[in-house]
Amino acid sequence: MATVETRAVTKVFGDVRAVDGVDVATKEGEFLVLLGPSGCGKTTLLRMIAGLEQPTSGEILIGGQVVNELPPRARKIAMVFQSYALYPHMRVFDNIAFPLKAQGVPRVDIPGKVQWAAGLFGITHLLQRKPRQLSGGERQRVALARALVREPSVFLLDEPLSNLDAKLRASARDELQQFQRRIATTTIYVTHDQVEAMGLGDRIAVMQGGRVRQIGTPQDVYDEPADTFVAGFLGSPPMNLVPAGDVLVGFRPEHFLPAGAQDGAAVVRLPFRVTRVEYLGADRICYGVLEGRFAEAKVTAKLPSTLSTRVEPGRTHEFAVREKDLRFFETASGLRTTPRPL
Amino acid sequence: MSRGVATAAPEARVGPAARPRVWSALIDRPEWLGSLMIAPAVLYIVLVVGVPFFLALYYSLSDITMGSRTLGFVGLDNFASVVRTSKFKTALWNTFVFAISAQVAVMVLANILALALIKDFRGKWLVRLLILLPWVAPISLGTIGWLWILDSTYSVLNWTLEALGFVPEYGGFMWLGVPHLAMGSVVAIHVWRILPLATVIILAGLTSIPHDIHDAAQVDGAGFWRHTFQITLPLIRPILLVAGLFGLVLAFTDMIVIFVLTRGGPYDTTQVLASLAFFTGIQAGDLAEGAAIAVFLFPLLVAVAILFLRVARRTEVV
Repeated sequence: MATVETRAVTKVFGDVRAVDGVDVATKEGEFLVLLGPSGCGKTTLLRMIAGLEQPTSGEILIGGQVVNELPPRARKIAMVFQSYALYPHMRVFDNIAFPLKAQGVPRVDIPGKVQWAAGLFGITHLLQRKPRQLSGGERQRVALARALVREPSVFLLDEPLSNLDAKLRASARDELQQFQRRIATTTIYVTHDQVEAMGLGDRIAVMQGGRVRQIGTPQDVYDEPADTFVAGFLGSPPMNLVPAGDVLVGFRPEHFLPAGAQDGAAVVRLPFRVTRVEYLGADRICYGVLEGRFAEAKVTAKLPSTLSTRVEPGRTHEFAVREKDLRFFETASGLRTTPRPL
Repeated sequence: MSRGVATAAPEARVGPAARPRVWSALIDRPEWLGSLMIAPAVLYIVLVVGVPFFLALYYSLSDITMGSRTLGFVGLDNFASVVRTSKFKTALWNTFVFAISAQVAVMVLANILALALIKDFRGKWLVRLLILLPWVAPISLGTIGWLWILDSTYSVLNWTLEALGFVPEYGGFMWLGVPHLAMGSVVAIHVWRILPLATVIILAGLTSIPHDIHDAAQVDGAGFWRHTFQITLPLIRPILLVAGLFGLVLAFTDMIVIFVLTRGGPYDTTQVLASLAFFTGIQAGDLAEGAAIAVFLFPLLVAVAILFLRVARRTEVV
């Protein structure tokens, strides 16, 4: 088992800085998620940790040792690819056995280890099949078994769930987390899906433009976003950002409720002209603009179905946000700043 | 009234309008359109490949000679008489030596070249261009160049070897005049000529392997040899088989290199069936015997082709 650390890691392709001075350190046995939109450098960072790309500058440490010069096979890592990258000409058994053979594990030990890994993922009955005879979910399990079989000290997963259909993805997410808790191996998981990130990660590193914008627990990055990018990237719909002088005031759509629904605490009242209402079953999403002080600022409200207040498009309603749910950001830099009275 | 109009109208259109109607009937029906579109290709193959081939087959069973006006059927007499000659036996043996050694060399070298050229390096396009050049230059022209390079008196190769001190002055090799050297030379030039095509075919196969597979093999700990022999080569096996098949058939049936360099000499040591057929049938005028020599290997090559294609289909991986 080991920790992974990157120190000022940078990767430049031509004149694009794909990864720009990233410092990230995992804890022992932690599940760290790299989250960001496509092109933010998360996969490149993962590939550098794996040794598949050489950093332009900076250091990568695995288990406290600088591994920049080590080839992937010497880094004691295992990786699961988005495409699973199973060897199409080999049976499942040989796919799982391949890393063992490559590592020079004694021939007599191989079948036992393959059976053990296949057993963990419930694919023992598939060992004689070729990858093309498997479903998406089965392939994903084979890829995981192949990664696990040599008991790596770090797991690297590159969007392993994105090729599964929505229903399968939910159950695979659950299994993946239980499995990671059981083996307690440090895991770095790349995804662009915030639901996956929030659900799986012990901590999330939110990336954009090659940089880590914030790293913290799911609660941290959601409730206390470090800047407007994180605030806007997490949450569906994203955080409302309303200009107020030299700052932006942010509040989550689910905190922006009809004034009557806010209990006791100190609130900021905001007249809200609703233009459109989407009924999504569990919630109602109300789109519209503010009136009064923040005239014409576009905002969204998310009302739980338990709230029966009538909200009609075309009319102005009295909405409110609790003061403790307001977040403040500098307009120029987008960075978080101290609260101030409105 | 209405009936009159209905019957009159089509009659009025008979003539110039009838042709487009036939065309549209053809074009609107997939079964006709398909046949129509493929007809030129079929016609081409029948006329350019089929007719000469069946003519050669018939010639090999006849008593035709150049200048004679008879075309009598003699059954397998030509084959019977030709296989008894020592010239034929030598040529048959040489054909196998030539084709198999050239093809083995081509497959080994083309794989090495393709594996090198798939990597990124400075000036890759130039190297690729240079490797392709022998293929785009006319074969006979290139081979005439080699004729000079291997010339007994003016050989650039000998001059270089002398200059480097590998052979004494005036001690250069008679590249095309000594039996084993001559066979080695024609094999080498044939390899030089086929290598570009084989390399390009294998390169195409290599680029079709998803990059993730190579990455996975690297992460799984495969070194160069394991990676090459357990991942890369098995994945391009169908393409290797096709490249091998083409090369083998070409080596078994081609005579340009041999014709230009040695004309089968010295003492028939580089004579292959294709060149022997040409010398017997065209230059010596015995069309029937020449045809018999030419089609002698046909059943074997068909069998090889079927075998290769079956294996290629069985090993298709994706």
